Amino acid sequence: MTAPLTSLDRPNSYIGRSLPRPNAKRLLAGRGRYVSDLRLPRMLYAAFLRSPRAHATIVSINADEARVLEGVHLVATGADLAKICTAWTGTLDHFKGMTSAPQLPLPLDRVVWAGQAVVAVVAESRAIAEDALELIEVDYEDLPAVVDIDVAREAGGPQVNPGSASNICFRSQLDSGTVDDAFAHAAHVVEEEFFFGRHTAVTLEPRAIVADYDPAAGMLTVHHGTQTPYQFQDLYSRHYGIPEARVRVIATDIGGSFGMKLHVYHEDMAVVGLSILLGRPVKYVADRIESFVSDIHAREHRVRARMALDTKGEILAMDVLDLTAIGAFSTYPRTSVVEGNQVIRLIGAPYRFRNYRATLEVIFQNKVQTSQYRAVGHPIACAVTERMVDMAAAKLGLDPFAIRAQNVIADDAYPQTSPTGYRFEALSHQACLKRLHEMMGYDDLRAEQAELRKRGVYRGIGIATFVEITNPSPAFYGVGGARISSQDGAIVSLTPSGEVRCLISVTEQGQGTEAIISQIVADQLGLAQEHVKVITGDTEVTPHGGATWACRGAGIGGETALQATRALKRNILEIAALILQEQPSALDIVDGEVVDAGTRNQRMPIAEIARIAYFRSDTLPPGTQAQLTVSHHFAPQGYPFAFTNGIQGCSLEVDVDTGFIRLLKHFIVEDCGRVINPMLVDEQLRGGIVQGLGAALFEECRYSDTGQLVNGSLADYLVPMPMEMPDILITHVETPTADTELGAKGVGEAGTAAASACVLNAVNDALAPFAATINAIPITPTKVLKALKRF
Amino acid sequence: MSGFEETILDEADETVRVRFVVNGRKVACEVAPRETLVDCLRGELELTGTHVGCEMGACGACLVQVDGRAVHSCLMFAVQADGARIDTIEGLTESGAIADLQAEFHRRNALQCGFCTPGMLVNAHELLSQMAQPSREAIRDALSGNYCRCTGYEAIVDAIDAVAKARSVGDAR
Amino acid sequence: MDFEETAVKARAFSYFRAATIDQALDAHARAGDDARFIAGGQSLVPALSLRLQAPRLLIDITHIAELRGIRREGACLRIGALTRHCEMLSEPLIAEFAPLLHAAAPFVAHPAIRNRGTFGGSVALADPASEFPAMTLALDAEIEIAGSSGSRRVKADDFFVDLFETALQPGELITAIYVPLFKADQRFAFDELARRRGDYALVGCGMLATFTSDRIDDIRISFFSVGNTPTRVKGAEAALIGFGLDAERIAAAQAALESDLAPPENDEVPPAMRLHLARVLLGRLLGRLGEAG
Repeated sequence: MTAPLTSLDRPNSYIGRSLPRPNAKRLLAGRGRYVSDLRLPRMLYAAFLRSPRAHATIVSINADEARVLEGVHLVATGADLAKICTAWTGTLDHFKGMTSAPQLPLPLDRVVWAGQAVVAVVAESRAIAEDALELIEVDYEDLPAVVDIDVAREAGGPQVNPGSASNICFRSQLDSGTVDDAFAHAAHVVEEEFFFGRHTAVTLEPRAIVADYDPAAGMLTVHHGTQTPYQFQDLYSRHYGIPEARVRVIATDIGGSFGMKLHVYHEDMAVVGLSILLGRPVKYVADRIESFVSDIHAREHRVRARMALDTKGEILAMDVLDLTAIGAFSTYPRTSVVEGNQVIRLIGAPYRFRNYRATLEVIFQNKVQTSQYRAVGHPIACAVTERMVDMAAAKLGLDPFAIRAQNVIADDAYPQTSPTGYRFEALSHQACLKRLHEMMGYDDLRAEQAELRKRGVYRGIGIATFVEITNPSPAFYGVGGARISSQDGAIVSLTPSGEVRCLISVTEQGQGTEAIISQIVADQLGLAQEHVKVITGDTEVTPHGGATWACRGAGIGGETALQATRALKRNILEIAALILQEQPSALDIVDGEVVDAGTRNQRMPIAEIARIAYFRSDTLPPGTQAQLTVSHHFAPQGYPFAFTNGIQGCSLEVDVDTGFIRLLKHFIVEDCGRVINPMLVDEQLRGGIVQGLGAALFEECRYSDTGQLVNGSLADYLVPMPMEMPDILITHVETPTADTELGAKGVGEAGTAAASACVLNAVNDALAPFAATINAIPITPTKVLKALKRF
Repeated sequence: MSGFEETILDEADETVRVRFVVNGRKVACEVAPRETLVDCLRGELELTGTHVGCEMGACGACLVQVDGRAVHSCLMFAVQADGARIDTIEGLTESGAIADLQAEFHRRNALQCGFCTPGMLVNAHELLSQMAQPSREAIRDALSGNYCRCTGYEAIVDAIDAVAKARSVGDAR
Repeated sequence: MDFEETAVKARAFSYFRAATIDQALDAHARAGDDARFIAGGQSLVPALSLRLQAPRLLIDITHIAELRGIRREGACLRIGALTRHCEMLSEPLIAEFAPLLHAAAPFVAHPAIRNRGTFGGSVALADPASEFPAMTLALDAEIEIAGSSGSRRVKADDFFVDLFETALQPGELITAIYVPLFKADQRFAFDELARRRGDYALVGCGMLATFTSDRIDDIRISFFSVGNTPTRVKGAEAALIGFGLDAERIAAAQAALESDLAPPENDEVPPAMRLHLARVLLGRLLGRLGEAG
């Protein structure tokens, strides 16, 4: 571990400090500005008629009655929008051989999932638009629907894309070391097949967009609840043929995103087109049921895995087949194969073994698309790996901590390259294992478990190590041809009154981006945090950058702010040195005052430098041009990703008569490198863990045989609620990345990555006396009782 | 006493005038009978601090006080609230009634995106008005219908717990 | 689920606020079958918003004073139809004379729903997964109904007919529910198995028993979330009446559920599992009933 970047006892030392978020007060007062709140002059409202069929030909659409309903301004079909919007295809070049059909805002002649938007109505209110939807008649002719993974893989079976050779979107294989040999000579082999239910993000604010096309100016302004405004500026420009400079995307407050709000959605693209057709602002806010059938889903996987071990419990090899079903299209522009790709590359990541083989098969089906959602692929990889490790431990009679301690990559053995090609700079599995053991009071928990078992109370203890991908370089999307930036930009200015304004491309979803950026700027410049204003989320104002995804805000955005601020500080001190007749290196800034670097004696306020530079530049030496605004970009170099690691533990109780599971306590030791704001980091972990616990016990998008989502409402799709969630204990190990000055890595997905694996292991631990095992997520009472053969 | 007039059956699309006391002020609104209270508050009255998350009473984002009790404003039509006293997050903020809760939520970062927060505060306010020293379990139970995807709930429970304790210390003095 | 016309805004309707029962009945009679009474509206409003129902007229009965209030009337507690779920928790008369309702109330949805939802509304809707309709069976309650031809009282046993179908005729209104006063020789128990607090239960059960020392003289056991209606389990009751509560009797009552209940097909909770859960819950509640002596 390296020393902290700054010492917490000096003034303006904000890095490493738990500070409340300045922008949270607005939200607490009900003064948020969400897109769903927005009302513009002459604004109209869109609603969509959706397909009731999972797969069907559109024979005819009759909207005559809807068009003449009072208050209706436009009824648009796929053909209407196809005239002004070019099609998109969700493939990336570096996924060799992947295919996906072109997509349009609304379909022309065929629907491919139940819930797909088919006809758009724009009216003076949402209620009138819904009245109009009831007047539209669409004739469909059913086509065979592909719902089940096995049916999708059958040769000669029904096709999602008629005319194509198969329902395979993408296949990939990894093979390193000598896998067959390792299994042939293994003392022990464990094997299991795992089932992972589809689930979805369920942001509390659904997707919301207001598109406002001004034909007079040829200008499109889109108020969009998104994580990635720059990406959408580019996409709206290119697909609607509007010069990029005349497309402005504004992402204000957003009611949750979690990776779900950076994909292209058919309705959102349609709304832009509807505004262009009408020359008026058009608003669309998905209702909750629409969210369930049109937001991306994630994590429908079936994984068969084997693990080979020697007599002492040393892991020798893993062999994995991952089948994942992704819906009818690959999502644009990030595709639907990244999740599976990360599953097969992250399996086994914490461990030392070198022999690894994995096959990934990504399969089309007639359901809504899947794509990246918080902790992409991690929960699958982690659950498979960690359950196999526990199965191996049980087989060998080893304690779960012992087998992990024996097999994790040693903390002093870095750098390392995984058998799947990931390069790890420095991780801390051993330190984390040790800390978790202490924090859980592991031995006491085991003693209590044994005691309670005698009384018929079945507690389970589970642990799960994990590795998380953060701070992605262009290796993630850029190399595949996607116009998704991995760099960020910042513009930092000293204002005339001596405050600092930072416009930055990373965006705020409540995780505290603006807060940590202001901490970094204040810390690095040397002034009070309240004198720093951070502005995000407007392509007209903030510089182009990747924005928020894959846990990059702190690591990449933070480093951008740090470097930009250091440049501004140099410029300020240059002017100060001229005024004070000193060398710049003899000066520093503390609390908004220029001071002598050595003695810390105050020389002059930076506000005075700003006053002179902006209003009395005539008093500066001839030829001096003060540069009190700095624009700066930073793209990660060195390691393609900054991997983080950690370990989670949980304690739970299984009611073996009802199958109900009560979560008692959850623990995490996490290493995200430099911690900028411990309180916000802990919040990311807690929120992420609860998202993973929801997946573990409750969340699943359930479909009927005909491809209908049967639980698409908040009453039927069970999200984690306060009463069932445990308190969560957190500690940190800090291993900063040396790739940046800041040393921060990401943390937003670590909680979700291992929580469900942890619960899976704990439930199996609880059920150990019954020779009953669980191999599927979510772990419902039905599955538990079935495993226990209670009905 | 006015009885039922059949003519209103043909006036379903017509707006009617409703009067409430919203955040301490008398207001009158023209609403269609089918308009929910939350749409009226957010639309006609521009009180957008009350949010819409599910429109079926399952998420708690739209909680407001009607005649002093927390209710889902998506599960009421505005016409039903005619004559009622309604307090929203904006009014509760301005009156200072929940200032300590807001300060504690802020201090502990018991919110991220903020979309659930007004509903959480309305419910927390009601809980603490009924129960001076709720256990953590009672706090979680009171919030059992308030969905938050961001925080994991613990900081929210901590904040309410801390305010309850601070208030009872204050009362004891 | 039908996703074709997902709706969140109700179809247009007219609204009438009745001041008296007669006004409400008169409005309904004149508007015809297309009218609905609305009280707390906690189930009706979402049904309208989702356009699952689309009446021409909503008749708001929440301002009818005659429908309010809880009072003793002879051997019964008269609980006005507009009594809110939250009042089941806060009213001393309920806690003393109808403790089973008091015990069930915290399981009814969430606090804010309980602040508006009404007892009469819940019984009238007769949701087979709801707590209160089932408890009227366990309590041997009587439902007082007002209609154009006057007022009548129907035993809870005769009230629940089929899925969301009751003895209420079109245009009729529940005015009150009469619950026999809880007596010193009685015991009650209530619990449910719900995935999350406030969710509809996978199985729920409430019971009221009259004891002579430790022998059960009479018991009424009612389940919810087990079929098309709230369900009394008479076979299980018969297995217990006249006996003390020992393991053998409890097992006999549990066994009787097989013929008492016929849980519906369900994609997540198969009938056999629901029956198993009902047996477990019954066993636990009878155990508690035994301990309560």
